Amino acid sequence: MVFYGTALLAGCLFAGLAIGQIIGSAFGIESDIGGVGIAMLLLIGTTTWLSRRGRWAPTCAPGVQYWGDIYIPIVVAMAASQNVRGALVGGGLALAAGIASVALAFGTVALLIRRFGREAS
Amino acid sequence: MSAALLELVEKYALVVAFALVGVVMLVSYQASRLFTRGRVHGSAIAIFLGLLAAVVVGFTTGGRKGVADLPLLAGIGTMGGAMFRDLAIVATAYGVRIEDLRASGVHGVVSLVVGLFVAFAAGVAVALAFGVRDPVALTTLGAGAATYIVGPVTGAALGASSEIIALSIAAGLVKAILVMIATPALARTIGLDNPRAAMIFGGVMGTNSGVIAGLAATDPKLVPYGAMTATFYTGLGCLLGPSVMFFLVQFLAGSNG
Repeated sequence: MVFYGTALLAGCLFAGLAIGQIIGSAFGIESDIGGVGIAMLLLIGTTTWLSRRGRWAPTCAPGVQYWGDIYIPIVVAMAASQNVRGALVGGGLALAAGIASVALAFGTVALLIRRFGREAS
Repeated sequence: MSAALLELVEKYALVVAFALVGVVMLVSYQASRLFTRGRVHGSAIAIFLGLLAAVVVGFTTGGRKGVADLPLLAGIGTMGGAMFRDLAIVATAYGVRIEDLRASGVHGVVSLVVGLFVAFAAGVAVALAFGVRDPVALTTLGAGAATYIVGPVTGAALGASSEIIALSIAAGLVKAILVMIATPALARTIGLDNPRAAMIFGGVMGTNSGVIAGLAATDPKLVPYGAMTATFYTGLGCLLGPSVMFFLVQFLAGSNG
């Protein structure tokens, strides 16, 4: 059933967020640590495990893939609901801090990729 | 008649959002094909249109949620909110090769730590240039240069003033939006074209929305890798901000003052 795929995806997301929250509160902060990343690992792990045991019916896959396929429209909706006005009227300091941070980060990424970012072939 | 129609739009807000965003996607992808011969990716155009709409509506309504502040477009806020976003992003991990993650795990961790220090340093340096000297304010602004969540969380933990916290959120927003726009333009120059590079990118940039939207407009295949590392950035930043970063700033301020 297609929906099994969606249900597994939902279960992995919620479990990941819960684990991230627990890690966060263990460190005494209110933000979750890596919830989405943990959920991704759970999804990769469970689907691999299920298909190795022959329990992952091919009909389940579209229930996951559909959500992965529509993330661009979802990101467009996210962009449209950002506080872009807040970023623009935040004043020179906020603007300069944001720009400096991004410029430095791009420089750092370029350096790190040049050093480590080639595919191991 | 029109009142009933408006009521219907508000009642079925999410359905209206799906249809509307679909039209935006169609227009953007056609524009990409016809006007740029595919050189500017359709998703980059669509994300830019989304940001543009958010600015226009933001200045009209004075709200903080972009187009979602209009009752008729509230569904866009639901569709682009954390719940659907996280569900879709996790789904992109389906089909990711475990070997790719395993081979690049160390690079991801290193880039996270490097990225956080770079962002804090940039924020603190700019704040110093603007004449800020208070260690709490400096740390909060440095945290804002990491992400718009690390800023307020750090500021709240350290007891920063609400003006400083607002500034730190604004700095994080500027960063997220700049990353969305600059990534597709700079991707080729910096060598952002494989899973490992995407993991490094996600770890250094850290701003979730910026990384996801930026990679989406660059190469959809890279999204899960960047999202995987970026998701640890905000949490780690909230952990280091009020502790390690604050002590560092205090130490440096003390030794100079």
